[in-house]
Formats: sequence, C-alpha cells, structure tokens
Amino acid sequence: MAIRIEPSPAIGRGRVKELLEGSRAVAEIIKLCKPGVISAYPITPQTHIVEELAQIVADGSLSAQFVNVESEHSAASLVLGAVATGVRVYTATSSQGLFYMAEVLYNIAGMRLPVIMTDAARAISAPINIWNDHQDALSLRDSGWIQFHAEDIQEAMDLHLIAYRLGEDKSVMLPVMVCMDGFILTHGLETVDMPTQEQVDKFLPPYKAPYKLDVENPLTLGPLVDPEYYMEARYALNQTHKEVLTLIPKLTAEFAQVFGRTYNGLVEGYQLKDAEKVIVAMGSVCGTIKEVVDELRAKGKKVGLLKVTALRPFPANQIYEALKNAPKVAVIDRALSLGSYAPLYAEIKAAFFGKARKPKGINSFVVGLGGRDITKDSIKEIFRLMNGKEKQAEFIDLKPELLKESYE
Amino acid sequence: MKEIRIHARAGQGAITTASLLGYAYFLKGACPYAFPSFGAARMGAPMNAFVRVDSKPVRLRSQIYEPDYVIIVDHTLMRGYNCFSGLKEDGVAIINSREEAVEVPKVKAKQKVFVVPANEIALKYIGKPLGNTALLGAFCAATGELTLDNLIEAIKHRFSAKLQEANVKAAQEGFDFVKSKIKR
Repeated sequence: MAIRIEPSPAIGRGRVKELLEGSRAVAEIIKLCKPGVISAYPITPQTHIVEELAQIVADGSLSAQFVNVESEHSAASLVLGAVATGVRVYTATSSQGLFYMAEVLYNIAGMRLPVIMTDAARAISAPINIWNDHQDALSLRDSGWIQFHAEDIQEAMDLHLIAYRLGEDKSVMLPVMVCMDGFILTHGLETVDMPTQEQVDKFLPPYKAPYKLDVENPLTLGPLVDPEYYMEARYALNQTHKEVLTLIPKLTAEFAQVFGRTYNGLVEGYQLKDAEKVIVAMGSVCGTIKEVVDELRAKGKKVGLLKVTALRPFPANQIYEALKNAPKVAVIDRALSLGSYAPLYAEIKAAFFGKARKPKGINSFVVGLGGRDITKDSIKEIFRLMNGKEKQAEFIDLKPELLKESYE
Repeated sequence: MKEIRIHARAGQGAITTASLLGYAYFLKGACPYAFPSFGAARMGAPMNAFVRVDSKPVRLRSQIYEPDYVIIVDHTLMRGYNCFSGLKEDGVAIINSREEAVEVPKVKAKQKVFVVPANEIALKYIGKPLGNTALLGAFCAATGELTLDNLIEAIKHRFSAKLQEANVKAAQEGFDFVKSKIKR
C-alpha cells in the first residue's frame, strides 16, 4: 500500500517544499547522502523506506548496490562488511528485526564502523504488536550505537544527515541509529523542506575511511582480544561517546549554516523558562506535548517540555542544566525495563543524584505502549498527577477492565 | 484547525484518499498531516485514515476523535461502528452508498449528511468500485474547504494517463452530485 506522492516544487518562501510520507522523505535523504551499499530486510513499519530505496536504486537515480538478504541478521552483517571496505552504507529495521540484528550491532560499534540505520520504532513481542513505542530502540541502548530520536519528519530527515557526518568523523567512527516513530512518522505525510544535492554535498563530504579492508594493505578487523586488551577497547568506546556530546552541538551549528534549521541535537527545551512543571519525553509525542503546553500556558499554567533528542550518548549535564530549577518533573517512558524503573526515568533521576539543586519531585509515567494512542488528555493527566506524591512508573490510559481476568 | 476522519476497510484506498486530500490542502498553502491507523494487518479489516490541517505545521499526533468532517468509504462499517462518533456540532459526513441502501442516523440540527453513490460513479469512469475520488469531489462541494480545482490538481499529481482522466471525471461527478443536492 505504498503512497507515492511525487515530489513537486511548490509554494514556499524560495525553498522547495514538498508533501511527503515520512518513509519517502527519509529514502530521498538517503539518496542524497549517496551510500554505496544498502541492505535491508522488510519489516513493518520500516518497509516503505527500503521499498522506496530499492526503487530509487532500480531507477538508476542512485548508484548503489541494493542487496536483498534473507534476514535482518544478514542485512546488518552485510553493511558491516561493506562499510569495513570503506564504503558508505545504509540499513533500516524495526522491532523484532532490530533484535535479530542485535549481536551484529554490538560488533559494528565495537569494530568502530559508521553504519547509519533507521529504526522505525515499534513495540516488541509478545504479544505481537506492529505499532509504535520505543522498546526496540531502548533495548539496544547499550550497544555502543549513537541513538537519536526524531520528533517530526523534517527532524528525522535532518538527523540522518547529521548522523552520517557524526558517525564518519575520524574522531568518532561509530554507528548511528535514527529512531522515528513507526506509522506516526513513517506513514504520516507532512510538508518538508527537501535539501538540494549541493547543500548535502557541502555538509557531507564523501566518506574517507581512516582504516578499511584492502587487499593492497591487509588489515585485521574484529579479531579475538584477550583479557590484556579488551578493557581498553571498551574504555575507548565509552570515551568516544563522551566526546560525541561536545561534537554534536558543533555539527548542528554547521548544519544550521547550510540548511537554515537549528537543532541542539542533544536536548531541546520548550517553554522551560519559569516552568514549574516539566515533562521530559522523546519522539513524536513531543509535538502533542507542545500543543498541551501552549493550551495550558494560555490559561496561565507554567508548564514546559524537555525533549531528549540524543539518548546515546546520554546528555546528563545538559539535562541537569535544563531541569535544575524546575520544581516538578515528569519523565515519559514509552518502554519498560521490566522488573526495574522505567529506563529514561532512571537515567534522568541519576543525573540529579547528589546534586544540591534539583526538582522536588521527578515522576515516572509509562505511556503509549504498543501504539496506545497518546491524546492531549493523556498529557493533561500527567501534568495533573504531578501535583501529588512522586509517581513510580504510573501507567497512563490503562484499561482496568482488561486486568481482571485470572487463571485459578 | 480542521480534522477529517476517513472510515474504510484496508485495501479500499483510504490512505490514497487521505494523501490526495492532504495534497489538495498543501496546494492551497495549508499545512496538512495525513496519517493512517491500521487495525488487524489484513485486507478488509476496518481502518481509519486521518487528515489534520492547519495554517501552521500540525504538531498534534493523536488520532481524531472530534472530526469536523467524516468520510465513510464503506457504509457496511456503520453496522458495527459509530462512524459519527464525536462529529462536531456543525460537522459534515459523506457516505459512499445509495440513499435506499443505508440507514442514516439522526444527526444534530447543524450537522449535514450527504449520501453519494461514489462506487457507481467510479464504476462508470474507472471501471472499479473505488469511489474515493468521487467522494473527494463530494467533500469539496459539501464543505467548501477546497475548490474542485485544488482536488483536480492533486489527482493529476497522483495519477497519470487514463487513470487520471477517469478520476478527474469521477471527482467532477461527485462534486456535481452534492451541488445539485444543496440547490434542491
């Protein structure tokens, strides 16, 4: 059921605006980034992205090899091998597909290879569910991949451009996962600014690998490393993640100069100044929260939003600075760490441990698992519940009538 | 902001309908966000497509519960669902059916319902019972949100050759059908 709305120059203040499906928009951006090898295995709701790219390659609009494989494990392995030869690569997946890639994803990061991947964020089985939440991406947070979360289609497009620049930087050499909410962004149509090839070329030079598999200059990648060396390799990975925190704002500043759109790339505040209640969230729900913030502000309520764009590396200091004066904070998780605190909440809370200045209450809410719709009322309920005692993994919009059944 | 909810079954072209509608609004200079909501992942399963449109970029991501307009692509859905749920006080509903084949629920004083034989129109021009473009023509006439020209331009952008011609005719007839009802 592919939606094909052909790009057309239209209205706008001198810029080319198009109405595009999120998947199509990302495919067009990847085309402009000129990867040499693309491999993917289709899975809902990622399918449209790779269908579009397969078409783009077949049409001859992009000179790349699109390699069909029999599984996500092979797709990840294939782009690992390709990028190791010094070629720019791309893949995309979702949910169970991301999990099937998991061991390869750790290898890609550990081998310091800049694979760029889209995750069409989706719930995890069981029960099987094709709809959006963040459990897939959150479960891979420790893999060594840089992880971005997009709020809208334009940001999803732009984060891919930033991802290539960042991951392929000689001082970084890490894979980057750009997460966009399944269906909401992958299957939604929005007006976007499509950059020109010239703009993309200006921002993103061709990939020059500092090391690669080359028969003329043999090199071993990913060898067995004994206890004498392993810890240093892992330490170096962790150190690079820390350095990436300072590099991202530099790249987004450069991005703004070329494309005219400003991102922080780590966190973004909305109406934070003087805010007494702040929700922290990731992904497309931030749009809904902004609507509610505007409505409540119009009624004189001092509320705000802190959007986390980069989950990895985790911008703990930026989060601390943004929230240290907020009396009440609520963290929205769209994933669980079963048996423990909600994952984003736990990290936000850790950022304030032992600090003198901090919110009086940091509440934890779980929202929109498996595509449960998040309405303005869901967000208003969270702002209301922040008044009381600190909440621990409070589920919003739960249906109590479904919790009554039991086996005797 | 205007909100449009489309009721259909998977495979009946509701996403194309939403994207055509979105594109027609886009051509008008508005900011649409068109998106689907699937139920069971199979053909024939009830599903919705939505268009939310504003003069500034749409940020709200939830489904649509209080639509200004409802388009019912498959009237058999009205047996099991309240397709009119949350329809605004002055809302407009467009049903793909024949007057005698559908039981239209009682609506509020300012609400309007148009029953449009869109599948018959589609069969005449397109040769398949895909009444979406006829329904969109009817939508333009019934709501005044878009001109027929906006819609035709969107159709021309989406379809080419014979399919384009057929869909433009279907849209025109859907538009004329509602216009004649309003005059009466």
